[in-house]
Amino acid sequence: MKVLPRLFAVILKEFTQLRRDKLTFGMIVGIPLLELILFGYAINTDVRNLTAAYTDQANTHLSRQFIADLSSTQVLNFEHRVAAAADLDELLRDGTISVAVFLPPDFDRRVADGNRSPAQLLVDGSDPTILGIARQLGNMPISFDVQGARAPQVGAFEIRTYYNPERRSAVNIVPGLIGVILTMTLTLFTAVAIARERERGNLELLINTPVSTTELMVGKVIPYIAIGLIQVSLIILLGKLVFDVPLRGSLEDLYLVSLTFIAANLALGLFISTAVKTQFQAMQLSIFVMLPSILLSGFMFPFDGMPAIARYIGEVLPITHFIRLIRGIMLREAGIADMGHELIILLAFTAAMMTAAILRFRKRLD
Amino acid sequence: MIESEKIAIRARGLTRRFGDLVAVDQLDLDVPRSMIYGFLGPNGSGKSTTIRMLCGLLTPSEGSVNVMGLEVPRQAELLKPDIGYMTQKFSLYEDMTVRENLEFVGGIYSLRRAERKQRIKELFALYDLEEVANQFAGTMSGGQRQRLALAAATLHKPKLLLLDEPTSAVDPKSRRDFWGKLFELAEQGTTILVSTHYMDEAERCHRLAILDHGKKVADGSPQELQDNIHMSVVEVAAEDPYRTQQVLATLQGIFSITQLGMRLRVLISESIQDPEAQISKTLKNAEITAPVRLVKPNLEDVFVAVTQKPPQRATQ
Repeated sequence: MKVLPRLFAVILKEFTQLRRDKLTFGMIVGIPLLELILFGYAINTDVRNLTAAYTDQANTHLSRQFIADLSSTQVLNFEHRVAAAADLDELLRDGTISVAVFLPPDFDRRVADGNRSPAQLLVDGSDPTILGIARQLGNMPISFDVQGARAPQVGAFEIRTYYNPERRSAVNIVPGLIGVILTMTLTLFTAVAIARERERGNLELLINTPVSTTELMVGKVIPYIAIGLIQVSLIILLGKLVFDVPLRGSLEDLYLVSLTFIAANLALGLFISTAVKTQFQAMQLSIFVMLPSILLSGFMFPFDGMPAIARYIGEVLPITHFIRLIRGIMLREAGIADMGHELIILLAFTAAMMTAAILRFRKRLD
Repeated sequence: MIESEKIAIRARGLTRRFGDLVAVDQLDLDVPRSMIYGFLGPNGSGKSTTIRMLCGLLTPSEGSVNVMGLEVPRQAELLKPDIGYMTQKFSLYEDMTVRENLEFVGGIYSLRRAERKQRIKELFALYDLEEVANQFAGTMSGGQRQRLALAAATLHKPKLLLLDEPTSAVDPKSRRDFWGKLFELAEQGTTILVSTHYMDEAERCHRLAILDHGKKVADGSPQELQDNIHMSVVEVAAEDPYRTQQVLATLQGIFSITQLGMRLRVLISESIQDPEAQISKTLKNAEITAPVRLVKPNLEDVFVAVTQKPPQRATQ
């Protein structure tokens, strides 16, 4: 049994170096923290309190009621009331407000008619998120118990939001964020792993020893599996404590899926490592993996809404499958059995990348 | 195979090309066991490339290599447990301590825990590493690093040690000590192949091959090489070395003139009868008085004789 001591020596060596490498160590904890806070707080698609102004030229009981209703949605925060529509234009242009509401003098009659929009919503269309919110407001039914008004109008749909009834974006983002963080950090760690030994000259010594390619590759992956699991735990825990992100499925499923995904990223990183000569090249190639992982995986944009070519690329990325699994487990209380094929794809990806990395790596310098 | 009892390395027609460049050209090599065998040559003469081909790191473009009875590169993996390799550039981990590095190497060679501890203790004593045991390899001096590298290369007691310019970053005292260790290892039966561009180191090898532009231009023991130089070596103690050199350059059969302070070391063809008298006469004709003395050739003379293109006449 000469394999185990050799494997153990490689693992121990990786841990020793990792412990000394302050920057990498900082990345392990720092990136999850930073991303979680950035995505959890700053990148908030759940918009509230948009600064708004209104002009109420009707100034009737009904119109005042309407403004009060809009305020109570908390989507709009009316900070200004101006007399003329031109003033609203001015405020929009200089960026004081992003939404304006204009109620014409014949507001009551328009409501009563019901076939013309009674009010006008002026929106700063330069921000797509605000535009989306405004569009929702446009569908707001006006249903007042007013004399002369027709039967209360209702919106075309009654919307019920499953799994995230409060529509908090953190709930959507945190599970996917696990995928993004693991991809960003782990792929890079192993991508530079072999390139670093090559650059520093260690590889020439290593390949002249009896250590086998498989021992070297597996030995390099194992320490980072532990690190990946630590990161997963950290994000889940912070997600729970800070953003109250639920974990509805089982913890075992969550860790099993994460473990597979961690292995997939590490194997991908190793494969990159065997294809490059320097750490810098490894980083450049990693970015080629990172960008589509964030943009095409369904993390940022709904997967089904993307054009076919983007979806094909997305399907190749391990993170796409992981995001489906992890959202299922954390939010929909799904079990692995419900999404077994996604897990199998991840396992197959890992096996393929690991094999490719081992086959590509030569204990040679030419 | 019977020969492999005595021969550690045998190469025939060994050639390596990098694109248009022929780094090693039709090299034949026989390295006997338990000897220190030197590769002497200037930078770019193919020393490193040859060593890398011998241990299977580079695939030869042509030719065959047999090391310790194994075909290389085909059976290179079987060879790995029996060789120790010291790279030209320090290749242990600079962010690990001396002890950690040796522990790692011990693990890589599958030494049992107790065996490893014992061996590292021995090496600490042998290579004077005890007091730097917990120092990072990256913070050590050239001499300390070199001792660590040798300790790591010999930790598993290899039968063959390949050393690629091991003393290039080391002071003279450390070099002397280092060679002392190499002789101890050879004494214990280790075959050592060492490349160098220092004459004094080459002189200490049991046998050596002189490489130039990828070709082997001479081989044998230092003594044999000096005996077979086919040149006479004459030393001229000149008061005006520059003018003396100019005068001598016109003489028939002069191969090279090297200035050593106020002396000139002159290599002159063996075919010239009584070179001492010839030189004295030439100098007298030019009204230069300088003592002339026939001396024994040294290894540097051999190196110059085999690596320099013949008659570099006409210095004018």
